[in-house]
Amino acid sequence: MTGGTWKHAPGFYAGDRPQVVTSRFQYEDSYTLERYLATDGYKGLRLALARPANEIHDEVKNATVLGRGGAGFPAGNKWGLMPQGVWPRYLVVNGDESEPGTYKDRLLMECDPHQLIEGCLIAAYAAGLSQCFLYIRGEMALAQERVATALNEAYAAGYIGKNILGSKFSLDIVLHWGAGAYVVGEETALIESLEGNRGMPRLKPPYFPAANGLYGQPTIVNNVETLANLPWLLNNGAAAYTAIGTATSPGTRMVAVSGHVNRPGVFEIINGITTFRDLLYGDEFCQGIRNGNDLKAFVPGGGSAPWFTPDQLDLPFEASQVGPAGSMLGSGAIMVMDSTTDIPRAALTLTRFYAHESCGKCTPCREGGTWLERILSRVVDGKGTDADLDQIFEVGESICPGAFPHASNEKLGIAAVPFPYRMNTICFVGPSAYAPVHSALTLFRSEFDARIVKRTMIKVTAVSE
Amino acid sequence: MARLTEENIRLAREIIGRYPKARSATIPLLHLAQEQDGYVTNEAMAHIAELVGASSAEVFGTASFYEMFKFEPVGKYLINICGTMSCALMGAEELMHHAEERLGIKMGSTTADGKFTLERAECQAACTEAPCLQVNYRYRYRVTPDQLDTLIDDLSAGTLSSEIPAHGTVAVIRQHIPADRAVGAVSPELVTENPVWLDGKAAL
Repeated sequence: MTGGTWKHAPGFYAGDRPQVVTSRFQYEDSYTLERYLATDGYKGLRLALARPANEIHDEVKNATVLGRGGAGFPAGNKWGLMPQGVWPRYLVVNGDESEPGTYKDRLLMECDPHQLIEGCLIAAYAAGLSQCFLYIRGEMALAQERVATALNEAYAAGYIGKNILGSKFSLDIVLHWGAGAYVVGEETALIESLEGNRGMPRLKPPYFPAANGLYGQPTIVNNVETLANLPWLLNNGAAAYTAIGTATSPGTRMVAVSGHVNRPGVFEIINGITTFRDLLYGDEFCQGIRNGNDLKAFVPGGGSAPWFTPDQLDLPFEASQVGPAGSMLGSGAIMVMDSTTDIPRAALTLTRFYAHESCGKCTPCREGGTWLERILSRVVDGKGTDADLDQIFEVGESICPGAFPHASNEKLGIAAVPFPYRMNTICFVGPSAYAPVHSALTLFRSEFDARIVKRTMIKVTAVSE
Repeated sequence: MARLTEENIRLAREIIGRYPKARSATIPLLHLAQEQDGYVTNEAMAHIAELVGASSAEVFGTASFYEMFKFEPVGKYLINICGTMSCALMGAEELMHHAEERLGIKMGSTTADGKFTLERAECQAACTEAPCLQVNYRYRYRVTPDQLDTLIDDLSAGTLSSEIPAHGTVAVIRQHIPADRAVGAVSPELVTENPVWLDGKAAL
């Protein structure tokens, strides 16, 4: 049993919306070169090669293609950060999708690998990148097979390799695959892993990949979905791209909604406009909370994101509004909890994830994440005390000093603390271990209080007299 | 057993040749070793170290960071039940409990006949299809306890062996770069000039 409009794209619902990156999902053979060529495939590449590279870079800049991996930085600007005159430059494709709740890059790799390859070619041409490494998560066997097949087909047909389509543009795309480590999704850790090392993040500065990346060279790390946008952009132009969505969040976005909804699914939504209420309750999306239950809370942007409650349902998919409200859009992953949810236990499933995935480089994350997991486990098992709840905040403070972002809540009478947080760690894994338990404790304190052991003191009564 | 076979050495050299620096091939080669023996042996790591120009301690240092590499034999079928939030909300804990009872082992161990290893995995990027699991990295979606029983029956009977290769093999299709099309990897130290297409003119 799988959900979705089509069995071959598990969980994906097309609906009646613009499709920038999912237009071929309707075909059962969407991953073949034959189907790709029959549906405008590699046309964007041809259009790109017929113009000077800097014009293509400008086109991407003008379209404001936001990075779809989590940080949301515009791809065209990212390419512009590379220093002039330093060669070679590399392209590393981040297909290491593993943020809890995120399910979109795998679909794009399994269902339309040629679209991703064409995106890589366009990016490499525009930014002058000499070699491309396509890093796919180790556990994704089918995605690796589909991309390998597509690369083999595209090499044979002259779309990759020496003098592509008879032009002076040449590029090798090398399929690389990981071996199971969440932190490798962080771009500097991805580069470490690609160099054959333990996937531990590098300190920024000096290791900003655009200046000092793979083998110490300027390197662009782009997410799969980001690159998959480029063929459509070249075929239709920046003006058509920005006509979808809003000025600050143009185009579409792949969003996965999972958990306690009637119809969990992956949707390509209009960026900046679609609200969380649309997504959770809309007929074309998730069709409401399961069993007619009330909504208790939802994670708006992947497991790392502070939680929202029904108070935030009317926010649109727009970073400039979600940030001040206390969370982030992250990787387009929404996890929904209905009124029956055991909140401390739900928070534990996320905190445990980040504690488990800590690479061990930074002490606050290595020790703090594990502490948080242990304390929370104790509380969930009914063995926690008052002191444990205070300790959670204390450990959190050592990972992220100062006020940690959270949503406002009318009933509790608390105001939002805006995103982002300050952090004592190199990357976001440590803060991400704290985010779920901090949100849960801030918004649902009574559920924790009900769980903890109240110590009864021995009554000391006067015995004399 | 142990060092890479002739055929795998050939494949290893082909893979190494795609990277500007040989060390980058470490993880793909570790997968190759695991595919050959079902787990990564010390001898294979020593061999990989020779091939990529590292010490065997460095190769083990890399390998031990990654969840997928096993350093002792595991079951023919590695069942990874996702335990992260979306799956947990949809019954993954109950599914794990059921799997433990059915297989008669605890999470993290292997059945006496060497057929099954059971692990709790972290998010597998199938969150809308929860609860999900992977058998040797092949997905099963929205799995009920009954379906898990059927799956274990089928795996035991060998009826899924064409779809699910034994543990060690991940993708069954490899990339091949034809020699006449390859640009070829160049060590970054040897590149001093901008790519030829960055000359302000169209490439076509």
